[in-house]
Amino acid sequence: MSCKESCCCKKEDAFPELISVLQNYGSVPGSLITILQKTQEIYGYLSVGAIEYIAEKTGIKPADIYGVATFYTQFRLKPIGKHLIMLCKGTACHVNGADQIEEAITEELGIGDGETTGDGLFTLNNVACLGCCSLAPVMMVRTGEESETYGNLTKDSVKEALRKIKAEEEAK
Amino acid sequence: MKVVVGQGSCGIATGAKKTAAEFERLIKKKNLSGISVDKTGCIGTCYLEPIVDVYSDDGDLQARYVKVQPDKVETIVNRHLQNGEIVSEYEISESDREFLSKQKRIVLRNCGVINPERIEEYMAAGGYQALKKVVTSMTPEQVIEEMKESGLRGRGGAGFPTWFKWNAAKESPDEEGKYMCCNADEGDPGAFMDRSVLEGDPHSLIEGMIIGGYAIGASEGVIYVRAEYPLAIERLELAIRQAEEHGFLGDRLFGTDYSYHLRIKAGAGAFVCGEETALIASLEGQRGMPRLKPPFPAQKGYWGKPTNINNVETFANVPWILEHGGAAFGAMGTEQSKGTKVFALAGKIKRGGLAEVPMGLPLRDVIFGIGDGIKDGRRFKAVQMGGPSGGCIPAELADTPVDYENINKTGAIVGSGGMIVMDETTCMVDMARYFLDFTRKESCGKCNYCRVGTKRMLEILERITEGKGRDGDIELLEELALKIKEGSLCGLGQTAPNPVLTTLKYFRNEYEDHIYKKKCTAKSCSALLTFVITDACKGCTLCAKKCPVGAITGGVKEKHVIDTEKCIKCGKCEESCKFGAILKE
Repeated sequence: MSCKESCCCKKEDAFPELISVLQNYGSVPGSLITILQKTQEIYGYLSVGAIEYIAEKTGIKPADIYGVATFYTQFRLKPIGKHLIMLCKGTACHVNGADQIEEAITEELGIGDGETTGDGLFTLNNVACLGCCSLAPVMMVRTGEESETYGNLTKDSVKEALRKIKAEEEAK
Repeated sequence: MKVVVGQGSCGIATGAKKTAAEFERLIKKKNLSGISVDKTGCIGTCYLEPIVDVYSDDGDLQARYVKVQPDKVETIVNRHLQNGEIVSEYEISESDREFLSKQKRIVLRNCGVINPERIEEYMAAGGYQALKKVVTSMTPEQVIEEMKESGLRGRGGAGFPTWFKWNAAKESPDEEGKYMCCNADEGDPGAFMDRSVLEGDPHSLIEGMIIGGYAIGASEGVIYVRAEYPLAIERLELAIRQAEEHGFLGDRLFGTDYSYHLRIKAGAGAFVCGEETALIASLEGQRGMPRLKPPFPAQKGYWGKPTNINNVETFANVPWILEHGGAAFGAMGTEQSKGTKVFALAGKIKRGGLAEVPMGLPLRDVIFGIGDGIKDGRRFKAVQMGGPSGGCIPAELADTPVDYENINKTGAIVGSGGMIVMDETTCMVDMARYFLDFTRKESCGKCNYCRVGTKRMLEILERITEGKGRDGDIELLEELALKIKEGSLCGLGQTAPNPVLTTLKYFRNEYEDHIYKKKCTAKSCSALLTFVITDACKGCTLCAKKCPVGAITGGVKEKHVIDTEKCIKCGKCEESCKFGAILKE
């Protein structure tokens, strides 16, 4: 009987990028969070397959990995868009109208917290605090390795910033 | 000549990198020799970013330019760099200078002055001298004695005497090593002094940690940094590498028997990891859930070994204390709260940023003296201190001295030093709801009262702000608040009800107005507002077009009317009106 695509003996090929990560950290005690961070850096999120693969290689139970992955806000179990909008919901931003900024993003892109646009361009994530409180309200847009911070936002300026990114994408 | 562009996160957010690139481009284009472009960390006047300092070859500050967007760069290059003329119209104003001149900077002594990416600049400012003195000429007991004399208390929130923790860890038997760790997981949403130190002066933290490690006999340390601070992680990594190259970190420091190794661990986003035992669980790769104490981390911490954890600001004070002596530090501040403290001013304040002042200064002096009061000519209503574990201090108590004891008496806490200033447009019930929403999400779920209780409190606060508050809700909130405080294991749950309790103490009338009169005096809770069109309406029909539910009627050039039954209170009409004819009531 031949192996199916989903068979575990094929998993070696499914996550080749993780081999070096697991070589470096797999046997270092207490490295699970670091491994998950590296995995997310590579794939953008933690897939069920990746979690199972890490479990198999490290001997940590999948349930324990899932427990850690869902405990920390940094980890995502779903793929994200090309541009990750991190909207600050810290106290200073809240007082200065972060909710209105979220509304404007929803109006412009049609997505709420944790959602991704249909074209896969944008994901919106509300975050606790970006630490730029004097420029509140603030958002950070991360695209690959690059990230840009936008401060002193208004409903108009946030829409303008998003339209600019959209226009740049269309021009490509 | 040297052009220095402030490049902390806030500087970069306002475009400092583009400003620096523009300087480089023009200097190259004009072929100006002997002028370098450099960077520094955050000087703390975030509201003036991007900030550019121009130094002479002798190192004298010739001019400080503020809000330097790329379009201003050419003028500065032409007039100042080429012709030696100060561009006075771009210079920092006299009154803005007060923001800095009224401060006493110890923690922030190098922030915005040195280039954080070059260890030589930190050393030129006296860096690593304290470490050398400690390791080569002092015993651990003497170091702890000096810390005791300084009276330094933990700057992370609880305000526990630093020397006491160090001493406990030192006294713990160590067969297989101890750990000196740093909590750089600045979790309070509204505080950013730790980020500023990490980005602007990482070596002061590292030096403080090595000194602390020497005092307790630790040979290893870990810095637990928030993942949301990528620039901080980058600069810390660089700083650790440089310190290793210079022999300040590693084996046999300064030729003695003392060795100390340091590494970074990026946190993954969990407020509860500010609690020591939760932080240790997270360091070990687990879910960051607190455990019962004792045993305290000083006895059984990271991997079961004696561990001491302090926060960034605490460590940044340490080299200064060992260099200048504990007595010099203890001479500042009050009897019980010694030294200086950094406060992060934000919210509805004119000058937002970082202010380091001696403890015991009245709140008023910080908010009005340094922060220059409230934006847009509004009235000062309250200041929130201590984040989700703290509380709101009303304007009447503005003369309260800012020290641990006096702030505790108000029901708030000094906490990590976040000060969110609020004006009359901030609704206090909504503030309480905001914090409960935060703690409800951040509760680790271990204790029932914290896990379920915060959710129940949040539900009550939500219905109050939605105009569905009931008689008895206030009493129910108070009862739950006390139960949650009693029934929670760690600081998160024990302090989670504080924002509700302090707003109930000082702004009970706002709760009552919401519940019984269905009114939000701050005009912030949209469900309790009615939108009306005044006689200023010109009949332009714009609002009727913008209204998503067709609640506005009226002919061209006629006064329009809002059907309050249909209105969903989205506020789009108010935003669109060009004549200011739509009011919230």
